[in-house]
Amino acid sequence: MLKFSGKSVYKGIAMGKVVVLKKNDSPVVRGRITDADVEMERVNTALEQAKEQLGKLYDKAVKEVGEENAAIFEVHQMLLEDEDYLESIENTIRTEMVNAEFAVATAGDNFAEIFAGMEDEYMQARAADIKDISNRLVNNLCGNEEIDFGSIEPSVIVADDLTPSETVQMDKEKILAFVTVHGSTNSHTAILARTMNIPALIGVSLDLETIHNGTVAVVDGFEEEVIFDPTEEVSVEVNARIEEEKEKLRLLQNMKGQETVTKGGRKINLYANIGSVSDVGYVLENDAGGIGLFRSEFLYLGRDDFPTEEEQFQAYKQVLQTMAEKKVIIRTLDIGADKQADYFNLGKEDNPALGYRAIRICLKQHDIFKTQLRALLRASVYGNLAIMYPMITSVKEVEQIYEIVKEVEQELKDKEIPYTMPEQGIMIETPAAAMISDDLAQIVDFFSIGTNDLTQYTLAIDRQNAKLDDFYNPHHKAILRMIQMVTENAHKYGKWAGICGELGADLDLTEEFVRMGLDELSVSPSMVLKVRKRIRELD
Amino acid sequence: MKSFNYVITDEVGIHARPAGILVKEAKKYQSKVVIVNKDGKSAEAKKLMALMGLGVKCGDPVEVQITGDDEETACEELKAFFENNL
Repeated sequence: MLKFSGKSVYKGIAMGKVVVLKKNDSPVVRGRITDADVEMERVNTALEQAKEQLGKLYDKAVKEVGEENAAIFEVHQMLLEDEDYLESIENTIRTEMVNAEFAVATAGDNFAEIFAGMEDEYMQARAADIKDISNRLVNNLCGNEEIDFGSIEPSVIVADDLTPSETVQMDKEKILAFVTVHGSTNSHTAILARTMNIPALIGVSLDLETIHNGTVAVVDGFEEEVIFDPTEEVSVEVNARIEEEKEKLRLLQNMKGQETVTKGGRKINLYANIGSVSDVGYVLENDAGGIGLFRSEFLYLGRDDFPTEEEQFQAYKQVLQTMAEKKVIIRTLDIGADKQADYFNLGKEDNPALGYRAIRICLKQHDIFKTQLRALLRASVYGNLAIMYPMITSVKEVEQIYEIVKEVEQELKDKEIPYTMPEQGIMIETPAAAMISDDLAQIVDFFSIGTNDLTQYTLAIDRQNAKLDDFYNPHHKAILRMIQMVTENAHKYGKWAGICGELGADLDLTEEFVRMGLDELSVSPSMVLKVRKRIRELD
Repeated sequence: MKSFNYVITDEVGIHARPAGILVKEAKKYQSKVVIVNKDGKSAEAKKLMALMGLGVKCGDPVEVQITGDDEETACEELKAFFENNL
C-alpha cells in the first residue's frame, strides 16, 4: 500500500484500476542490432499498428467532431506512408545497425526540425505532427499501449498534467477520478472534474514510472490523498464510504424540481457552467435553471483550424433547443493565456494572462469575432440566448463590440437570414471593470462576475502557478467588496448581476452572496443541488 | 514532360490537410509529379513531408511538372484538381 497526498479539487471518493497517461518524452536509447531485417520487420508491424490506431481515431473523430476536424488523423496516416520518412528510417537501421526505436526517433527529430525551422508559424506547428507520429511508432515498438477508451473499464486516470485538448479526447464515461502530478486548482483538469462530479487530486508528487496500469487506487477527495494497492481492510472501508456518498447524492436528488428560494422567499437564479455541448446532459441531470456560462472555447480547442459559422451555429442551436427556453448564456471566445490553439498563431508572450486574449483578439481580428456573432445571432432564434463578453476593461470596448454586432446584424438583414437579438452582458473579471461598473451598467443588460480571473488580477496571483495556491485567497475582502459594489451598481440601473466563477459554488459564501443581493449564481453542474439545498436553508 | 502554372487560392496554402489530398490525388498516376514553388524549390507531390516542406501559401504561384506514361491525362486531371481544391 502506497499513499500520496495532493490537493483536492472535488470532494468525492472513488476506487478503481489505474490507467497511467504517460507523455512519451523519455529518451529513446540507442542500441546495436545484428539483424537489420528483423528490425525492419518490427518497424513494419509498428507501422501497421499505427495506421490501424489512426483509422480508429479518425472514425471516432468523424462521429464526434465531423469529417473536417478528423482529417488531421488522415494526414497522420499519410505521413506514415511518406517515402522519405520511411527511407530515412530504413537507411539508419541498415547503415548504422541500430534499433528501430532509435531510427524512428532520429527520423522524427530530423523531419520535425525541418518544419520547426520554417518561417511560417503554421508550418512550425506541423513539427508537432511529425513528432506525434514518431512517438506513436516508438510507443508501438516499445509495446507502450495507447489508451483505447473504447475497451477499458471505468478507471482512475493518472497523468503528469492534462491539456484541454487531451481531456476533449477522453471518453468521460470511463473516468472514475483524476490524479495529476501538476496542475493547479483552477486548471482544466480541475474544472472538468467539478463538471463531471468526480474526485480529483492535483499536485501529487509521485513518479509516474513507478505506477502501473491496472493497479488498484483509491482517490479520496475528502482526505486529499491517493492510495495505491490498498489493503483488504482499507478497501472494505472505502467501499462503505463510497456507498455512503452515493446515499448522500441520492438524498440530494430530493432537491430536484424544488425552487431555489430562501425561507424568506428570495429567489435566486441557479444556473450551471458548461464547457461543451455534451455537458448539457449534466445540466439537465442536476436540474439547473439554465446555463449561466457556456465556455465557447471548446469549439476552438483540440483542432487545427477555426470552426466554421455553420459548425458553431449547429452547436449553439443544439444547446438552445435542448435547454428548451431556459436561459443559455454563451460567453464569446475566451482563448489565449492558458487556453491555446496552435492555429491562432498567438505566439509566446511574457505575461499571457495580461496579454492578447479573449475580447482583445476579437476586437483586433474581426473576422473571427464576426463568424461567432453571426452563428450566435442565428442560433438565438431557437431559444432563450444571452451573449456575454469576456475580459472587458472599458466602456469603449463595449461600444466597439456593439459596432461590430451592428454590422453583423445588418449583414444578416441584407441576406434575409433569420436571427434575433439576444441579451448582451459582460463578464466582470478585471478590477478595472469592477471599478467602473456604474458606467458599464448603463450600457449592458447584465453582469456576470468571473471570480477566478477577478481574483487572479486583483491579488496579482497567477492561477496556473501551483506554487502560489497557498497565497490564493478567494475569500479576500477585496474580492468580496468588489462583488458587493458590482451588484449595487447593476441594481442602480435596473440590471441583474451574477457570479459564474468557482466562488459562486462556495457554500461558505452562499449566505453572504444572497445578502449582497446577487440575482444569479452559476456553478458546476455537480454543485447545483448542493447550492440549492444551502439557499433553501437560509432565512 | 507536361506542366502547368497555378496560383494557390486555398486560404491555408498547401499545408497539412490540402497537402494530404494532393498526395492522394498524385498517387493515382504513374507519372512523376513535381511541384516547384516560387523560390524554385521543388518536391515530389507524392511525398507529403517534402510537399509540406515547400511552405506554399495562399497567393503563391507554383509550377506543376508531370513526367511519365500517363502525363497527358494526369496533367489535365491535376489541373482540374488544383482549380477545385487548391
